[in-house]
Amino acid sequence: MTAYILRRLLATIPVMAFVALFVFLLLHLTPGDPAAVIAGDEASPLAVAAIRQKLGLDRPIWEQFGIYVGNLLRGDLGTSIFSNLPVLTLVKQRLEPTVVLAVSTLIVAVLFAVPMGVLAAWKARTAADRIIMGFSVLGFAVPVFLIGYVLIYLFAIKLHWFPVQGYKPISEGLAAAARSIVLPAFALGMVYMALIARITRASMMEVLSQDYIRTARAKGASNTAVLLKHALKNAAVPIVTVIGIGLALLISGVVITETVFNIPGLGRLTVDAILKRDYPIIQGLIILFAGVKVIVNLLVDISYAFFDPRIRY
Amino acid sequence: MSSSLRAQTLAAEAPRRRFDWMRRNPTVVIGSALLLAFVVLIFIAPWIAVDPLAFDPINRLKPPSAENWFGTDQFGRDVYSRVVHGTRISLIVGASVALIATLIGLLIGVLCGYYRSVDNIVMRLMDGMMAIPSILLAIALITLMKASLLIVIVAISIPEIPRVVRLVRSVVLSVRGLPYIEAAVSTGTRGYLIMARHILPNTVAPLIVQATYVCASAILAEAGLSFLGAGTPPEIPSWGNVIATGRSFFQISPWIIFFPGVMLALAVLAINLVGDGLRDSLDPHLARRL
Repeated sequence: MTAYILRRLLATIPVMAFVALFVFLLLHLTPGDPAAVIAGDEASPLAVAAIRQKLGLDRPIWEQFGIYVGNLLRGDLGTSIFSNLPVLTLVKQRLEPTVVLAVSTLIVAVLFAVPMGVLAAWKARTAADRIIMGFSVLGFAVPVFLIGYVLIYLFAIKLHWFPVQGYKPISEGLAAAARSIVLPAFALGMVYMALIARITRASMMEVLSQDYIRTARAKGASNTAVLLKHALKNAAVPIVTVIGIGLALLISGVVITETVFNIPGLGRLTVDAILKRDYPIIQGLIILFAGVKVIVNLLVDISYAFFDPRIRY
Repeated sequence: MSSSLRAQTLAAEAPRRRFDWMRRNPTVVIGSALLLAFVVLIFIAPWIAVDPLAFDPINRLKPPSAENWFGTDQFGRDVYSRVVHGTRISLIVGASVALIATLIGLLIGVLCGYYRSVDNIVMRLMDGMMAIPSILLAIALITLMKASLLIVIVAISIPEIPRVVRLVRSVVLSVRGLPYIEAAVSTGTRGYLIMARHILPNTVAPLIVQATYVCASAILAEAGLSFLGAGTPPEIPSWGNVIATGRSFFQISPWIIFFPGVMLALAVLAINLVGDGLRDSLDPHLARRL
């Protein structure tokens, strides 16, 4: 087990090294002078030269990469061109709303989707199953911004149950924060729910058709016991995998959801950085999000061994 | 793997089964019909819609009416015409990305699966690419280039490639150990011939299914990128751009977002339904599992 975890841990190093190389090259392999790109169209040659020197772009490229990786390892994600603040400081300022959004989405999606999937598998090929699967097909098709705006229109503008947009930090009270995050979490969670419900159903169907389920039924175990104790536990591996994969899906959705709901999180930071062409921020965020994704994948791999003791690598 | 055998049995039974299958899967029929309707819409757009770029400053932000079925935006442009013309952009993006990603992915995937020496390096590269969230990868590529439809297509294709590579590689790996490949090698068949004649056909069915999903996700990605202001140039009336123009006005004129959003959802739904149907008919094994 320890050897397995260690091996998986080591395997993340080349992946992150590649990500760093890619992010580094992104700015350097593009046609034209990166300093001129950063300075913008109306910059004077003097300003371009100043930027070139400040970012060390006048040094040999391998030296620049060495410095870049060295900085990364020390936790320095670069410095924003416009605000002149370290990217890490900007990230810390914007971290809370994004983490709250991601965690609430995860909770909402798992709470709704797993029971839906179990129900669909248990009542397979009935109306309940069809409705749940129909919902899941829709969930894949409807874009997050449409769901977001429809939810805002119905529950905020028409019914006044929730604030229209914006985010209340936890420091202003848990209830206010929760109220401001409900709609975004549902909007972002829809596709995630669809995914989890579908896999839960598939995995449950496979388990429910096995002999030991019939045995459990025959010895008189109740429906709940069969479903939850015997079946769901053994169907858990694919479900956990897909929850992990879905987290990666969430990252893309976060950027759009935060824009729809005007939440000042990492997604907004990304979009603002794009609009201002603040490349160090974009680079830093790519490294950060890729790191999160790699860690989630690692945790999913490790969790296999816990859910299914037969798995030993 | 007996998938080719299974395909043959299926083909022999096809005439009778195909018809039953269509009746048992009305969703696929609905999906194909819907998709066909979108394609038709592209070709008849000039006759059923007015100029999507025509400004009409007097009729700004008008709700849906007999003249403007989907209302007008803040420049008085007809949202219905913009949505109808946007169909072309979205489907072009979807189809091009599906084509580019599957072809490049197929090439890399077959090489990786067949030549183990290539495999190790290339797959680490693919792992690295997959670690980067696709929307950020696309955004980064687009912001560094001059925005154009072609750049958007390329930028959306690149993050899709590793997924195709993984799929193709797994099929190739499962096939290459089979006796008939061994037989081909022992009779002196050249590497590229083995790949083209004996291995490639096995990848076709899963690839077609994958291509439909890539297409659907590309259409969503284009809309998402345009919505964020980092996609198709704003003068092109893609669905994402129409939605983006409605962003600041959605409290007073939600129709600018609603109609293109529904079209987007319908298009993605149609493609997904077709994909599900193809998956069920091309790969009965998978159909039973999902």
